[in-house]
Amino acid sequence: MDLTVDIGHLKLKNPVMTASGTFGYGEEYAEFVDLNMLGAIVVKGITLKPLEGNPPPRICETPCGMLNAIGLQNVGLKRFLKEKLPYLRAFDSKIIVNVMGNTLQEYVKLAGALDEAGVDGIELNVSCPNVKKGGIMFGTDKKALANLTAKVRQAVRQSILITKLSPTVPDIPKFAVIAEENGSDAITLINTIPGMAIDTRTWQPKLANITGGLSGPAIRPVAVRMVWEASRAVKIPVIGVGGIMNVDDALEFMLAGATAVQVGTGNFLRPTATVEIINGLWTYLDKKGISNVKDIIGGVNGESIHSNLNN
Amino acid sequence: MNRYFKAEITKNLPLNSKNNLLTLFPLEPVIDPEPGQFYMIEVSDSYNPLLKRPFCCLRKTPDNMQFLFTVRGKGTALMKEFRKGQVIHLIGPLGSGYPEARKGCTPVVIAGGTGIASLFSFIERTPDSSRVIYGAKTKDELLMLDELRKAGIRLTVCTDDCSFGEEGMVDQIFMNFLRSNESIRTSCVLYACGPRPMLRAVAAIARDNNIKGYASLEENMACGFGACLGCAVNTVKGYKRVCKEGPVFPIQEIVW
Repeated sequence: MDLTVDIGHLKLKNPVMTASGTFGYGEEYAEFVDLNMLGAIVVKGITLKPLEGNPPPRICETPCGMLNAIGLQNVGLKRFLKEKLPYLRAFDSKIIVNVMGNTLQEYVKLAGALDEAGVDGIELNVSCPNVKKGGIMFGTDKKALANLTAKVRQAVRQSILITKLSPTVPDIPKFAVIAEENGSDAITLINTIPGMAIDTRTWQPKLANITGGLSGPAIRPVAVRMVWEASRAVKIPVIGVGGIMNVDDALEFMLAGATAVQVGTGNFLRPTATVEIINGLWTYLDKKGISNVKDIIGGVNGESIHSNLNN
Repeated sequence: MNRYFKAEITKNLPLNSKNNLLTLFPLEPVIDPEPGQFYMIEVSDSYNPLLKRPFCCLRKTPDNMQFLFTVRGKGTALMKEFRKGQVIHLIGPLGSGYPEARKGCTPVVIAGGTGIASLFSFIERTPDSSRVIYGAKTKDELLMLDELRKAGIRLTVCTDDCSFGEEGMVDQIFMNFLRSNESIRTSCVLYACGPRPMLRAVAAIARDNNIKGYASLEENMACGFGACLGCAVNTVKGYKRVCKEGPVFPIQEIVW
């Protein structure tokens, strides 16, 4: 059975990755999962300089989901290269680094340095809802996104380039096409959806940052729809993410058109979620008599109208 | 030894209208916790509520482990419904617990409300000379009293409503204790767990009297093992994770 998928020139041993910001720098999970088993490890977003993040409270639970406003707390490029990357390199898994800049120049600098350091992939974060500057500004403005993707593309030689888009735009396919036309090897969909929760006893927002990003099963239908729309508009692979808890959720994204998936909040509930999903894919394909996982990508039958009452 | 494991509920005993004592039998080989370490407990296998809940282990015997919890919200309300025979997932032990007191130092333990859960196994291991000040709102909410008396420590209990023990809050009792025990003042080390306002008051007294010690904190957390960065607490050395560098911190490091 073949579980491999291709993202640009990168061949993943299976389509299961981790979602940036939920898997630390890998080491936090080493006790729970064999990191060698993962298709790719996408690490916590890196900025040029270390960021200390937002004041607490930073998270709160919501129905079937959670809001977070971590504020991209990270060790910065220098310490990542020196302390975190060597650790990750010891595993037989592809390393993808999520990057966030305040300015175009910062993105270019970060991507260039990481490319030179030999990471397998760079995921452009143009969709973080929790930092004041940069980021989402590039993900919600077509010209800015085109320019950013093109400039970063020039700075990246070896690594694959992935653009992680914001779900806050009304026309996801257009943004996906812009990423593709300007040199992205793939797009990731979706980042968290901006949200808010209020404590009715105190009349205060539940997050110190007031608003945060919603993740978990609550956002899955939104993410599946966006993956479906985007994957029909571009030829490059779409990586689906948003509320994937188990193999069934992962399959849903792949049927919608995702070539690979990322597991985020699901890791918090069950630190072994990624490996359970990989094992689940084997079992599913075996049962269905499908020998290649690529055969299910985009397999949703959008033409037929049927009753789902038998499910 | 598994840090992510299944356990069967063997008992879920209500201690009063708000608090339960939960006893679990681990179904896999597990790691022994240090005093002050905690576990993430699965409250539901549906996604609402979504996250596990953090609880300090009250005590672990070779056969089972016990947790003390207060019903506060949706998650703990579901825990109150836990039935014998039910199997749940846990992650733990997690975080950094209470360091042992240095030789020659007298541990002074201050617990407020269910904060006793975090300190209980520490108290069981401390020398007889240790002092324990334990307070709650009412007599009914003073938990594990019989066991604490058996532990052979010097125990002072107090209640906010004067329904039992000494009158007043633990920080006032602590202050009185320092006034009347000048000799201990210079050689004691503090171990505190309780509501944030109590810890803040105790930390201020400790600072004014140049007493060192430790406090165990609580914060919302999604994972419990250092990945989500949701449980940040502000310290003099910047933000730290309650789940990893904590929940026990040097009391003077916390920016209250």
